[in-house]
Amino acid sequence: MRILDWLFGQRRPSSREIAKERLQLVLAYDRVKISPQLLETLKDELIAVISRHVEIDREGVEVTFTRVKSRSRLIADIPLLGARGQRK
Amino acid sequence: MAAMVITITSGKGGVGKTTATANLGVALALLGKRVVVVDSDIGLRNLDVAMGLENRIVYDIVDVTEGYCRLRQALIRDKRVSELYLLPAAQTRDKTAVSPEDMVRLCDQMRDDFNFVLIDSPAGIEQGFRNAIAPADEVLIVTTPEVPAVRDADRIIGLIEAEEKGPASLIINRLKPEMVRYGNMLTTADVIEILAIDLIGIIPEDEAIIVSMNKGIPIALDDANRASLAFHNIARRLLGEEVPFLDIREMPNLIERFVRFIRQG
Ligand SMILES: Nc1ncnc2c1ncn2[C@@H]1O[C@H](COP(=O)(O)OP(=O)(O)OP(=O)(O)O)[C@@H](O)[C@H]1O
Ligand SMILES: [Mg+2]
Repeated sequence: MRILDWLFGQRRPSSREIAKERLQLVLAYDRVKISPQLLETLKDELIAVISRHVEIDREGVEVTFTRVKSRSRLIADIPLLGARGQRK
Repeated sequence: MAAMVITITSGKGGVGKTTATANLGVALALLGKRVVVVDSDIGLRNLDVAMGLENRIVYDIVDVTEGYCRLRQALIRDKRVSELYLLPAAQTRDKTAVSPEDMVRLCDQMRDDFNFVLIDSPAGIEQGFRNAIAPADEVLIVTTPEVPAVRDADRIIGLIEAEEKGPASLIINRLKPEMVRYGNMLTTADVIEILAIDLIGIIPEDEAIIVSMNKGIPIALDDANRASLAFHNIARRLLGEEVPFLDIREMPNLIERFVRFIRQG
């Protein structure tokens, strides 16, 4: 199937790449001792606090982890509503 | 003499701690050092069989810490190498038979007579592990290039840092050059990047290790084997020598070996 992948320009990630990605994610959680449930709680509370001050797209809020080298990072992606003068 | 106490541990079971301890013991002894290898896996002793010394056990580590015999009486001398000794674990007791303080006292007793005390740690993060790292001056963490083993190694690194035993260094065991080449195994660089600790050795997967385990003759006694060379290189690095890492791409696979064989005539 390598030839097909090559022909259609698709490249499936190797099992090595999958392993590396999974490890980085699982270790991000292990290291900071934050469970997915805690992440949900964080997300709910962030939404509550921020929407008190600005209008946000609650459905679009994402709280995730990334890791660069040995550093874990908590990333909150909070889309604002009413940008560009759409506000009434 | 002031021995250096080195604990070999891993978190995950079966990744090669006992194999590494036996072979590093042999390699250091062949370099002229006085070495004692200590099996701290009480209840599941295996270092004795890895070294082929299982028939010579009279006393064990618990007999020493409980005062039933003197340390000297429990040490078994490996006759194949100049100054290599084994302190076996007890097989009929459990991890609680020895405390971390016992281990510190025991190792202090050996510091004057040896250059190296190598402690084979049990798997896990419970008392057996705590016992094994209590006297450590240095810690070697063994992992294989697989997700569960690397994950557990990360946990161990955290615990060792918390105990202020670090920085630990890493041995990557059972690397398969063939699988790395085809993108089906984490590379050495991947594992180092993820764990962010120093590498001290890479041991290739080698059937000769299984054969040597079967026979009770550590592979490090064989001077024409790549896994053996990898252990000898770690021993030299422990002595402070700068030894380049084996390039796994140099390790020929079967077909390449066959081609070379034909070419050589
Ligand atoms: N590089 C290698 N190539 C092939 N086989 C290996 C290699 N390293 C270890 N093994 C085999 O893997 C098995 C487990 O190794 P070993 O007993 O050293 O692991 P361990 O970490 O001490 O296990 P435990 O956690 O049970 O104490 C042994 O039978 C050994 O022969
Ligand atoms: Mg073992």
